[in-house]
Amino acid sequence: MKTMMVILLSAMLTDNFVLSKFMGICPFLGVSKKLGSATGMGLAVTFVMICATCVTYPIYHGILVPNGLEYLNTVVFILVIALFVQLVETAMKKTIPSLYKSLGVYLPLITTNCAVLGVTVLNIDNGYTFLQSVVNALGGGLGFMLSLIIFSGVRKKMEYADIPEMFRGVPATLIAASIVSVSFMGFSGLFS
Amino acid sequence: MAENKSLGQEISKGILKENPTLVMLLGMCPTLAVTTQAMNGIGMGLATTFVLLGSNIVISALRKAIPDKVRIPAFIVIIASFVTLIGFLLEGFVPSLYDSLGIYLTLITVNCIIFGRAEMFASKNNVIASACDAIGMGIGFTLALFLMGSVREIIGAGQWLGMNIPFAHDNPMLIFIMPAGGFFTLGMIIAIVNKLKNRKPPAEIKCGSCEKCPMSGGCEKEAEKI
Repeated sequence: MKTMMVILLSAMLTDNFVLSKFMGICPFLGVSKKLGSATGMGLAVTFVMICATCVTYPIYHGILVPNGLEYLNTVVFILVIALFVQLVETAMKKTIPSLYKSLGVYLPLITTNCAVLGVTVLNIDNGYTFLQSVVNALGGGLGFMLSLIIFSGVRKKMEYADIPEMFRGVPATLIAASIVSVSFMGFSGLFS
Repeated sequence: MAENKSLGQEISKGILKENPTLVMLLGMCPTLAVTTQAMNGIGMGLATTFVLLGSNIVISALRKAIPDKVRIPAFIVIIASFVTLIGFLLEGFVPSLYDSLGIYLTLITVNCIIFGRAEMFASKNNVIASACDAIGMGIGFTLALFLMGSVREIIGAGQWLGMNIPFAHDNPMLIFIMPAGGFFTLGMIIAIVNKLKNRKPPAEIKCGSCEKCPMSGGCEKEAEKI
């Protein structure tokens, strides 16, 4: 139980996917303008991360390892994730339209999110068990959502600030992200 | 638009006018993650160039054979195959670089630059033009990574390409090689590029439809629709 908590919290805070591993920067910069869309995107990423882990872990250990095909993991994982996201989107649209409206619209955007591929590969690299992998994916997803939500608040403030023209847009956003990242550095050493 | 450009222009546009990282703002993740040292930046840039060149050539050669509906999965497979290939090559010949790039080597697969060029250029142009485009974009990406890596290594570690720099080495500002410094350096560099180009940010990315666009995850146009 203790290992699980450590994995969950370190994936969420100390090894935050966006702010310390630099995965999923594109949606972090693109979809963090409004609180609503930040929450939706965060939930969708968490959901896809957990599902992707549940799908790729058995494939890796059940199909690739026995056949000595470990080196194919990149090709197989990204294909499986892309297919799976497409499948979930279609299924959700048909069966639960209300959930699709709030969550499904983000699904096509995260097929090629590097955080999703990253979490599945990291689980394998770190030698986690199935349960640990799922917990790691949950922590990673929650950490992603947390940083997105915090950052959407920062960006709201920035909209009313008078920023020099050369810094407007992406440069100012990146510098703000750097300050948020400094605040997350406070968590480092929490589990050492 | 691309047909009437000379091949030299195809190469040079990627280096300055349409620099993938600093002007088009694509491929942020590796730009921030591996540039703690200038050498890693060059390694990552060259690895990405290799994948970009391979995938652009194959995709443009197969552009008439790949049905439009399944083009995204087809592109993914082609790109991922080249990533696996470069992974093997680096592991065999430059193991130290392989270790320091780590997971970000795998993540070249989902680098928006490669998808973007496949979607915007290679699927519409012939093989030679696509190869030139890939070389130009690759050089532009490598240079941007080298610049980022140099700034961060000099300020953050007082070294450049592993050589100690007098004075700077005595009291390096460690924060520059930490994640926060990465965001800060990139923000500053893009701001300077904005100033030099005297252009109103953000850059408008010229693309067709947002529908099923592989880059839409980071595209503001798509994000605003939601």
